[in-house]
Amino acid sequence: MCLAIPARVVRVDGSKAQVDFGEGVLREVNVTLVDTKVGDYVLVHAGYAIETVDEKEALETISLWNEVLAAGKQ
Amino acid sequence: MAEKLRFRDPDLAKTIAQQIQKFAPKDGTVKLCHVCGTHEWTITHYGLRSLLPRNVEVIAGPGCPVCIVPAAEIDEAVQLAHKGVVVTCFGDALRVPGSEMSLLEAKAAGADVRVVYGVSDAVEMARRERDREFVFFAMGFETTAPSTAVEALGKPPENFSFLVSHRLIPPAMELLLGLGDLNISGFIAPGHVSAIIGMKPYELFPRVYRMPTVVAGFEPIDVLMAVYMILKQLSDGAARLENEYSRIVKWEGNTRALDVMSRAFAVTGGNWRGIGRLPDSALKLREELKEYDAREKFGVHVEQGRDILLGCECHLVIIGKIKPDECPMFMKACTPAKPVGACMVSSEGTCRVWAKTAATQRVS
Repeated sequence: MCLAIPARVVRVDGSKAQVDFGEGVLREVNVTLVDTKVGDYVLVHAGYAIETVDEKEALETISLWNEVLAAGKQ
Repeated sequence: MAEKLRFRDPDLAKTIAQQIQKFAPKDGTVKLCHVCGTHEWTITHYGLRSLLPRNVEVIAGPGCPVCIVPAAEIDEAVQLAHKGVVVTCFGDALRVPGSEMSLLEAKAAGADVRVVYGVSDAVEMARRERDREFVFFAMGFETTAPSTAVEALGKPPENFSFLVSHRLIPPAMELLLGLGDLNISGFIAPGHVSAIIGMKPYELFPRVYRMPTVVAGFEPIDVLMAVYMILKQLSDGAARLENEYSRIVKWEGNTRALDVMSRAFAVTGGNWRGIGRLPDSALKLREELKEYDAREKFGVHVEQGRDILLGCECHLVIIGKIKPDECPMFMKACTPAKPVGACMVSSEGTCRVWAKTAATQRVS
């Protein structure tokens, strides 16, 4: 039940935002728990954005994986 | 976008699996434990256990918040429904067995039970239908509790109240370590609970229990990476707290969510189905929000319910002591269409996850 799905913020209107889950699935969610702006990805759980996806960290994670694996191969 | 696909890249998965082989112990077995229904889904759905060496086992702990809500609290919801109150709940909660009946059975008998996507939808319903009383059955771990807190603090209408059944994950993890015969060697900590609570509540696991603990995301690569990171710690002879899910989880967690939670709720002891009472493991509305507490408002208090039916081994599945297919009822008397125990009900219950992907399990 702790399933949470990333969605892109399309419009922010006070405590509410319109988000896009992809392929045109739009929904209004509550964004009082996060700092967000149009274009951000947020993690949505039960109608609430619970965290903003940190794109820089996401890319760093991937490069970290690659590094770890490269080190392992030596 | 190309980078996004790396989270499910089969070649990357194979390479990590090779690393896992390399760091797996040469003799003896290690048992890693996750405590999240979504992790169990990822592991089972993608057949990740089949990529692990035979002596590296991943077991599922009490990670399904619907499964661990005790029958007594389902009974309270059923009683409210029978009093003519509209009971709103998550879809997962509908079929969880109470002592006598589930909310779905109460609905079939004429009670007004409605499934909502989130608590906001329930509040909205109450605003539209001012002549009815509404209760939101607030289940879930720390991931879900902040949304309940926001609505409770946001002055809901007078005809709205909460049946709070939220539970906290770290006390359940600590309980597992107390069960000596479980022999856990490392924790895969739940990513979305951690998005809220951050890393700090897990500090005691490496420090006090010398238990490697890695907070992990929910893509197959995330989970494999967490297994690798734990095995690496074990091979180094170190126990650390690490964050594999840094794209979401911050050290301090979501401070805004933690703040609303602490303003709305007090921490209290709570019963867990199949486990019993755990101190400081549940949330209740603070005194100043008592008017929104459905138990107070309608005088509904059930102390003891019938949690486990005779023959059902949910209590052992919940703590990871046995696998679903070791229960004699699994896929015989107990199926997704006709569940006997709570673990077969929720889409995140271990038995339900295994039942839905039974073919994958057999191959592995």
